[in-house]
Amino acid sequence: MTLVLTLKVTPPQRLDLSVLLPHLLADKSSKDVAAIDLATTREKITVGDLFRIRAGSAEEIRFEGGSERFDGVGQGLQQGRIFVAGDAGINAGRQMTGGDLVISGNVGPYAGSAMTGGRLEILGNAGDFLGAPREGELNGMSGGLLVLRGAAGRRAGDRLRRGTILIEGDAGDWLGSRLIAGTLIVLGRVGVSPGYLMRRGTIVLAKPPALASTFVDCGQFASSFPAVFGRFLLPESRGAARLFRAPLRKFAGDMAVLGKGEIFVPA
Amino acid sequence: MRTITKNGVRIDDTFAEAFPMRGTALILTGPNKRWARQAAVTMTGFATSVIGCGCEASIDGEVEARDTPDGRPGVRVLIFAMSSNDLQTQLVNRVGQCVLTSPGSACFSDLVAADALKVGDLLRYFGDGWQISKKFGNRHFWRVPVMDGEFLCEATTGFTKGAVGGGNLLICGADYEKTLRAAEAAVEAMNEVRDAIMPFPGGIVRSGSKVGSKYKALHASTNDAFCPSLRGMTKTALDDDIGCVLEIVIDGLTEAAVADATRAGLAAIIKLGPRNGARRVSAGNYGGKLGPFHFHLKDLLA
Repeated sequence: MTLVLTLKVTPPQRLDLSVLLPHLLADKSSKDVAAIDLATTREKITVGDLFRIRAGSAEEIRFEGGSERFDGVGQGLQQGRIFVAGDAGINAGRQMTGGDLVISGNVGPYAGSAMTGGRLEILGNAGDFLGAPREGELNGMSGGLLVLRGAAGRRAGDRLRRGTILIEGDAGDWLGSRLIAGTLIVLGRVGVSPGYLMRRGTIVLAKPPALASTFVDCGQFASSFPAVFGRFLLPESRGAARLFRAPLRKFAGDMAVLGKGEIFVPA
Repeated sequence: MRTITKNGVRIDDTFAEAFPMRGTALILTGPNKRWARQAAVTMTGFATSVIGCGCEASIDGEVEARDTPDGRPGVRVLIFAMSSNDLQTQLVNRVGQCVLTSPGSACFSDLVAADALKVGDLLRYFGDGWQISKKFGNRHFWRVPVMDGEFLCEATTGFTKGAVGGGNLLICGADYEKTLRAAEAAVEAMNEVRDAIMPFPGGIVRSGSKVGSKYKALHASTNDAFCPSLRGMTKTALDDDIGCVLEIVIDGLTEAAVADATRAGLAAIIKLGPRNGARRVSAGNYGGKLGPFHFHLKDLLA
């Protein structure tokens, strides 16, 4: 049985939910869980103050109701499953290494920031810096799968190093900025300068804007790679699978830096 | 020797003696069936016996486009060697020289196992710095730019240490035509068995060997006991009504695959009967002391 946490009141302050992970709650009783402090200010606020708890195996945690103040949901997730029926704040799924995190609403900035494994799915929209590194970190997302059904803010996939980000909606300016490697797919419209200063890696755009002059046209692309990748993506997104089935044209860049990256657009 | 007669075909009460091998499976795809098959035929050429070829390899079967990783027509090949090192060397040489070079090809692992051999992980260097690594889930591919586009190659492939090599059938008939017909029928039936290959030309070997030779340099020499032209000059294993012998050698990823292939071959030979096909079926062994796997023919009669 799933551990269910039903939101009773609007959170009076921003919360740190990174302490509510399956591996941290494995041996805890409902009473222990209720006593966990979620405060980010000097005002103490516990799980019991905010949520009605239905006991169950912490292998799957379900939040009934969310809030823009739910920070750090699934941050550091290692295994198991977390589902949020509602919105979440900053750092959702940040640094997760495994497991499955699904958020039905919108999330703030830095969702999936520096994640290295597992699967993060957001049904709503995301703020800026999807999958990006936080201050002082060298790498953004470096493994796993991030699926965003809605739209992303600016600089989604900043310093992506490995793994796959799939955005079904639109994406803001400077998509995939400073990309190191990995794969970034956008089915919707994209703001200015996608792949700004990307070194390696792959960006696939269904509706590309004008690319910067530091991207060079490599012509029609012939490889088994899109077909293989499209088949992998089919269970996640029919739209992405369709995009990979169509003929693609390759642009290489960003020639302002290493230039071994690629942006694929429909041919 | 005691025999069991089935539909007029004498089955010797003996066994095939087989040995442990290392084996792996790949799916090779191409722009169409012809070129998928060409890559596989080239890659599994000169791979009849580990004695002189370094490995034993052949086509396991065709794979429909909907069942291959890239949705193009494919062919599944199996490769066997006596050691993991030999298998690694042969694998990368053969994929590198025969698959990478074949127009429109791509190469995928088709065996999930704890142990792995490098394929794309070594061939990527052909890309001279332009190669691209792609991971999805637990699968890892290398994309190597080539003159017709890109060669997509899985980084590693699983291999099994539980493979079995050297299963065999000795098919004895009245004359050349009938014996070949029986052997062909057997190979055709055995080709349907997954995870097993018959590495010799068209699955058939006419120069069966015995261990040792009168010449010091040779480890193996002609199996004089089964040579019809030496009857009377040597201690023959042939009856008076046998004029020709052909052998089928079987390698499998599992002991069960070799047994299933042997069973399928025997059934096809028996079904054909002695008038059009073989009069007798035997099997090769070394007294049972060298190889740990014994395939007794009487246990494999359907």
